[in-house]
Amino acid sequence: MSELSRLKISEARDALRKGEVTSVELTEACLAEIEGGGALNAFVHDTPDLALEQAKAADTRKNGGSLNGIPLGIKDLFCTKGVASQAASKILDGFRPEYESTVSQNLLDAGAVMLGKLNMDEFAMGSSNETSIYGDAVNPWKVDDRALTPGGSSGGSAAAVAADLCLGATGTDTGGSIRQPAAFTGITGIKPTYGRCSRWGIVAFASSLDQAGPMTKDVRDAAIMLQAMCGHDPKDSTSADLPVPDFEAMLTGDIKGKTIGIPREYHMEGMPDEIEALWAEGRRMLQDAGARLVDISLPHTKYALPTYYVIAPAEASSNLARYDGVRFGHRAKLGQGDGITEMYEKTRAEGFGQEVKRRVMVGTYVLSAGFYDAYYNRARKVRALIKRDFEEAFAQGVDAILTPATPSAAFGLGEMAEADPVAMYLNDVFTVTVNLAGLPGISVPAGLNSRGLPLGLQLIGRPWEEGDLLNTAYALEQAAGFVAKPGRWW
Amino acid sequence: MSIDTETARKVAHLARIRVEEDELPALAGEFNAILGFIEQLQEVDVEGVEPMTSVTPQRLKRREDVVTDGDQQDKVLANAPDAREGFFAVPKVVE
Repeated sequence: MSELSRLKISEARDALRKGEVTSVELTEACLAEIEGGGALNAFVHDTPDLALEQAKAADTRKNGGSLNGIPLGIKDLFCTKGVASQAASKILDGFRPEYESTVSQNLLDAGAVMLGKLNMDEFAMGSSNETSIYGDAVNPWKVDDRALTPGGSSGGSAAAVAADLCLGATGTDTGGSIRQPAAFTGITGIKPTYGRCSRWGIVAFASSLDQAGPMTKDVRDAAIMLQAMCGHDPKDSTSADLPVPDFEAMLTGDIKGKTIGIPREYHMEGMPDEIEALWAEGRRMLQDAGARLVDISLPHTKYALPTYYVIAPAEASSNLARYDGVRFGHRAKLGQGDGITEMYEKTRAEGFGQEVKRRVMVGTYVLSAGFYDAYYNRARKVRALIKRDFEEAFAQGVDAILTPATPSAAFGLGEMAEADPVAMYLNDVFTVTVNLAGLPGISVPAGLNSRGLPLGLQLIGRPWEEGDLLNTAYALEQAAGFVAKPGRWW
Repeated sequence: MSIDTETARKVAHLARIRVEEDELPALAGEFNAILGFIEQLQEVDVEGVEPMTSVTPQRLKRREDVVTDGDQQDKVLANAPDAREGFFAVPKVVE
């Protein structure tokens, strides 16, 4: 049975259409893998009964949608009707939404089966899945006795897809939370242009940066799943009212004559040789496929992380103000004489983890009277400059930009515990610029390091041109020929 | 800009997060590490640059000013830690 869970979405779709397999068989195979994959701590709320019900319905459906009968995992950040949705936080303990997020509804409308909810960093704040109330998700890749991080914040999604517990999963990306875990686990993850996917019903972290996207076993699956996820939604005022092209039909693998920009500022001081080597290999592969490489400059790159660490906490401090112990989730037990302020303060002290508290308070500080201009407004100005850097590169005829996805391979769980919070933030150094500029970015597995751990390359596209970006990624995928899978130890 | 325990206490209160007295010095230290990192932004020339308000150039859609949703009191209250008689219940706010 386990062979079925190893299928890609495209393969399962074709087999379902030919009647070679049923959705119930696929779903049962995945449920068995989830059952046996407890050590990965990827799935945190299982919904086997719901999944089998949806699979049976898919099997009887005539002319089902593009994902009819395909079993998927959903990140815990998405509100799913009647199913626990707590953003990996204690403060949303017991929360069962009365509604379904637009993106997960779009997937259900396309016929998908939901296997359950996936682990993540609390409120998507983290790069290692170590801030979760459910405990660490574990990377299925392993090279010694250490347990490695699957990355974050979409760590459960990455681990589940890489370990074949599901055929694909949703992720969300505010500073790299789809692309970094995809790179750490040898899978594909795309963050679309800001506005492509509706944010309605996704627990908000930093609203001007958050975007949902698929995490899949290859680029074709990313195209299929993204297609189903995106589209205009009147319930999200920042959702783009633009037609969604047929992404899969755009995968020709032909990138002859395309111009690929290589940003010189991404050669970071102290970057490991293996990352430099992988990047050089990526350049060679795209050139061999007929693309033209040009050196470009994105001069404000070094300010992207500090800009992000003003804007994201500022937006988080506003968004997370709603967790007050009144409308949903956890409320602290109150003492004699405690009033409403004590209720707020105790509830939030008990309900939020350390990293979330830290970011909410940093956000509160940078928005407070006297510092708003010096920090928040200045960061919004620098953000405009970061976006302008990209616009100037694209105006010179650049079709896509190639960079490393992460500054290292997956690290050990607990290894960063003593480090200063800023050291963890550096994980997002290559991905965060893309969120600040609202652009689409994709991480493609491109090779293994000397120890046998996967490494990813990132391609950044023009706004709204996910189809073209996916095609360039497809060409890179074909050239890289990455087929390695983690050896099963769990 | 260095943050002392008094500022840390004030920020924690503004954020409505209880922080115990003995945890304030460590919190102030973390703030200083993060703010030290952010401090680099002061060296960027932002003269004449408009602060970004929207990352994609889009105009918000307009619609008729009519009620589109509502009449779901049970659903709204379903997840409340304390709901009574159709309302959210909280500790006494007004004396």
